[in-house]
Amino acid sequence: MEDGKNMIRQAGVSPFSKLQPVFRRLLRYPMTLIGFAIVFFFIFIAVFGPTMAPYQYTEQNLPNKLQPPSEEYVFGTDQFGRDIFSRVIVGSRDVLMVAGSGTAMAVFFGMLLGLISGYRGGWFDEVIMRLMDVILSIPPLLLAMVILFSLGPSRLNVIIVVGFLYIPMVARVVRSVVLDLKTRQFVEAARLRGEGSFYILFREILPNIMPHLAVEASMRFSYSIFLVASLGFLGLGVQPPSPDWGLMVGEARTWFYQARWVLFFPAGAIALLVVGVGFMSDGLRRMLLPGGVSNE
Amino acid sequence: MNERTLVLDVEDMTVTYRTEKGPLDTVRNVNLKIYAGEIYGLVGESGSGKTTLAHAVVRYLPANGFLRSGKICLSGTDLMSLSKMEMREIWGSRISMVHQDPSSSINPAIQIGEQIAEVARIHLGFSRKEARVRAVEMLNKVHMPDPEAVAKRYAHQLSGGMLQRVLIATALTTNPELLIMDEPTTALDVTTEAVILDLIKDLMEEYNTAVLYITHNLGVVARISNQVGVLYAGEIMEEGSITQVFKNNLHPYTRGLLGCVPRVDTNKRDISLKAIPGYIPRPDNLPRGCIFAPRCDLVEEACTVERPPLVEAEEGHLTACRRFEELKKIGNVVADTRAGGSKDDKLGDLVLEARNIKKYFTAAAGLSALWQRGRSVIKAVDDISIRMRRSFTMGIVGESGCGKTTLARCLIGLEEATSGEIELEGELLPYSVAKRPPEILKKMQMVFQNPDASLNPQHPAGSSVARPLILLRNLSRKEVGDKVKELFQAVNLPEEFIERLPHELSGGEKQRVAIARAFAADPALMICDEPISSLDVSVQASLMNLLVDLQESRGASYLFISHDLAAVRHLSDWIAVVYLGRLWEIGSAEDVFVPPYHPYTEALLSAIPIPDPDVKQETIRLRGSVPSAMDIPSGCRFHTRCPRKIGAICEQQEPPWQQRGNYHQIRCHIPIEELLEIQGEGLLKKSAGGGVIS
Repeated sequence: MEDGKNMIRQAGVSPFSKLQPVFRRLLRYPMTLIGFAIVFFFIFIAVFGPTMAPYQYTEQNLPNKLQPPSEEYVFGTDQFGRDIFSRVIVGSRDVLMVAGSGTAMAVFFGMLLGLISGYRGGWFDEVIMRLMDVILSIPPLLLAMVILFSLGPSRLNVIIVVGFLYIPMVARVVRSVVLDLKTRQFVEAARLRGEGSFYILFREILPNIMPHLAVEASMRFSYSIFLVASLGFLGLGVQPPSPDWGLMVGEARTWFYQARWVLFFPAGAIALLVVGVGFMSDGLRRMLLPGGVSNE
Repeated sequence: MNERTLVLDVEDMTVTYRTEKGPLDTVRNVNLKIYAGEIYGLVGESGSGKTTLAHAVVRYLPANGFLRSGKICLSGTDLMSLSKMEMREIWGSRISMVHQDPSSSINPAIQIGEQIAEVARIHLGFSRKEARVRAVEMLNKVHMPDPEAVAKRYAHQLSGGMLQRVLIATALTTNPELLIMDEPTTALDVTTEAVILDLIKDLMEEYNTAVLYITHNLGVVARISNQVGVLYAGEIMEEGSITQVFKNNLHPYTRGLLGCVPRVDTNKRDISLKAIPGYIPRPDNLPRGCIFAPRCDLVEEACTVERPPLVEAEEGHLTACRRFEELKKIGNVVADTRAGGSKDDKLGDLVLEARNIKKYFTAAAGLSALWQRGRSVIKAVDDISIRMRRSFTMGIVGESGCGKTTLARCLIGLEEATSGEIELEGELLPYSVAKRPPEILKKMQMVFQNPDASLNPQHPAGSSVARPLILLRNLSRKEVGDKVKELFQAVNLPEEFIERLPHELSGGEKQRVAIARAFAADPALMICDEPISSLDVSVQASLMNLLVDLQESRGASYLFISHDLAAVRHLSDWIAVVYLGRLWEIGSAEDVFVPPYHPYTEALLSAIPIPDPDVKQETIRLRGSVPSAMDIPSGCRFHTRCPRKIGAICEQQEPPWQQRGNYHQIRCHIPIEELLEIQGEGLLKKSAGGGVIS
C-alpha cells in the first residue's frame, strides 16, 4: 500500500503548485463553475441590489397591482402593486445575511464543540455528543418554530435559531476529523515536547480541519437558506413589509391562481440560490477533499 | 530443466500514460519470458514501475494507460490482438492475480467458499454443487485448517495469512497458465510470510504454473524465484538466474540494493550499510545516458552519453551496464567494513529501568466502560522489565500484535501504564506524558513509524524541529534558528528544506526531519517505533547509517522496535523477544541470534527472508497466528504454536527464566543444554564461501 502511495506521489503534482491542481480540478467540473457563478451573482446583487433596483421595494402602486411581467415591471407586480423585481433584488440581501450569519454561528460554535469534544474524549465528549443527538433527533423546522414562538419572530432570532440548529451537524463532522487527527503522530510528537492543549488544538489540529470545515460550511449554508425561506413562508421569520423571499412566497399563495409570477419569481430565486450553493459545495468537496472523505 | 515451456513472452513492451504533462513512458522496452512451473521474481523500489508492468502484461491498465509498442504472447495467443471481451475470458481463467492487501480483495459480504466457487462456475462451467466441492478442495490444497468450516466463513473471521491463502486458492481454481502476484506477503508478519512463501513454491511446482512475482524484498525473491529481473525506473537493469543475480551480479544497481540490506551475521560495529545516493528518476525527467548513472559510483563519461542496451553478459544473464566486464573482475563487494569498532564489554550507566510494566486495555469505551469494567481485558503488555544503558541500542522483536509498540508507548507516556515502575536516570516517572515535567520530556523522544503522519502537513519542516528547541531548551530566537540549521545538517538535509512543507518531501526526507525533531531536545533515550519499515531498501540503509552516526556523536540510547529482524540485528546491542505481552528471551544481539534460543526466537529467525540463495535456513514454521490478547493461553503463552512443545507442563506451568552466561536469558521449560543440542549449529548455516563479509 505504501508502495502505491509513493507511486502516486511521484507521478503526481509538482510540489510548488499547490493551488494549480486545485483550480484544474475545478475546471474539470463545469457544474462547480456554474455553482460559484450563481453564488457570486447573488452576492453581487445583495451588495449593489438596492442601488440597481428600479423602484423602492416598499413603493405601493395600487392601480398597478398584480400586473404581469412587462417592460415597466420586469417580474410583474404584487397585490399592492409593488415591483417584484425590486423586491427580489433587495430580498437577496436578507437571505444571504440571515442564512450567512446563522451558518457562521453554527460553524463557529460547532467547530469549538467538535474540537474540544473530540480532543478531550471521555465523559465530556459523551455528554456533549448525546446533547447534540437530542437536538438532531427533533425535526429542525419543528424545533425552529417552537423556539421562534417563544422568542418572537425577528431577524436576529432567526439567525440564532439557524445557528443553534446546525451546530450539532458541524460539531459531529469536526469531531470525527479530530478523532482521526489526534492519533496522528504529529500530535503525539507535540505532546512529547510538552505542548499545551490550546496549542495542539488550534495550531496542530485546526489547520488540518479547515478543508473539511469549508465544505461543511457550504453545505450548511444551502440548508440555512432553505430554513430561512421556510420560516419566512410560515411568517415566523422576517416580518412584512420586508422583501424576504420566503415571506413573499407565503404572501403570494393567495394570489397564485390570478398571478403566478407573484409566486414564481421569489420561489425561483430561492431555488436558484440553493442549487448554486449546492453545486459550489460539491465543487469545494472535490477540490479540497479529493480523497473522497464524505461529510455526514 | 531441459524441456521448458514458454508461457508468457513479452517483447519490447513500452507502457505509456497520458498525463496532464503529456505522454509518459513509465515502462520501457521490457522483454520478459516466463516458463511453466517457474517463478520469475521482479524486484524494484517504489516508483520503478513494477505494478504498471504487471498490469500491462495482462492488459489491465487504467483508462489513461496504453501499450505504445510491444508484443505479448500467452502460450501462443497474441494478447494484443484480442478485444476487451476476449480478454475478459482470459482473466480469471488463464491468468490470475493475487494482490498485496488480501482484505480488500475479498468481498466481506460473501462467504469464502462461495467466492471460490463463483470462479469455478463462471470459468469452468461447474454446477453449483460441483463448484462448492471444488472450493473446499482448493482450500484444502492451500493447507487451510478445517476447510469445510472456513468455506462458510466471511473475510473478517480470518487472519491476514489465511485470507492470503484464500486468494491463492481462488487464483489457482481454474489452473491458470500464468499467475501474477503483486507483493502478496508484504502486509504479513515474517512468520506468516514464510509459511505462505513455502506454500506458493510447492503449489507452483504441482500446478506447473508460470508466476510473475513482484516484490521490493530481495530476501523474498531469493527464497522463492528461479529467475530474477531487477527493475529500475521502468527498465530492466539485470536479469538472470538466482545465483547469477545474487552471487555474480553484473549491475551496480543490483549491487547497491544488496548492499543496502543488513545482514543477520554482522552489525553496526562491523559494517556500515552502503546506501545508494540520490533518488529514482521520474519518468518525465530521465537522464540522457544510463538511467542509473547519476547514482552510480562506477559512472564514467561514456555512461552519460548513450543509454546502454540490455546485453547478454553470460548465458542467460543480461545486464544493462556497459562496464560489466570490469564488474566481473571487481567481484562482489557490497559493504564497507567499519574500522576499530570492537565492542567493549563494560556496561554503560543505567539510563532507563522499567520494572514489571503492565498495560491492560478494556475493550469498552466511553460511558459503557463504566459497567463493563473488568470484563474483556486486553493484556497488551503483561509484566515486562527492561534496562537500557547509555549509548546502547535495545532491539525489540516480535510479530505484530505482540505488544512491542504498546510497551514503547507506555515507557514514553503516550499510553498510561496500568502498573509497574519506570525509572529514568534514577528518577521515578509519572505514567502519563502530560504529567511529566519538561526536564523529563527532554530526555526521552520518539521517532514514529509512518513518515506521512509524523509531520504536521500544514507546518514547514523547520518549525517542526524548532518547537522542541523553544519548549524544552529555552533557546532564544536566534539560537533556535542556528540550531535548526545545525540539526538539518546533522541529518544530511540541505538548508533550503527548512522552509518546505511535508508534502514537498519524500518519505525518507520526512523521516530525517522527524529524526531531527527528536534529536532537537537532545534526548538521552530515543524510542524508534519501526522508523524505517515503510521506506525503500536504499532509503532504509541510509537512515540506519544516520541513526548509527547520530548515536555515536550524541550518545543517545535507542529502543528500536521492528519486525525486520535483520535491521534489528544490525542496529542493536541487545535484543528482547516479545510474544503476547511478555519477554521470552533477552540478551546481547550476538547471543540471541545463535543457539540456544527460545523456540519462538528460533521460528522468527528461520522466517527471515535472506537475500542470499546460498544460506540454507532451517524450516521451522509456526502454525496459525498470534492468539488474541483477550484470551491468553495458560502456562507458557507460546505453547499453542510452539514447534518444540514438550508436553503438559507447557500448558500448565509458566516457564522459568534460565540464565546462560552473564546476560543471556531464556524463558522456556526446555533446559538450555537441551535447546543447544536440538538446535545444533543454528539456523543460519552457510555453504562454503557463501558471501560472508567480515
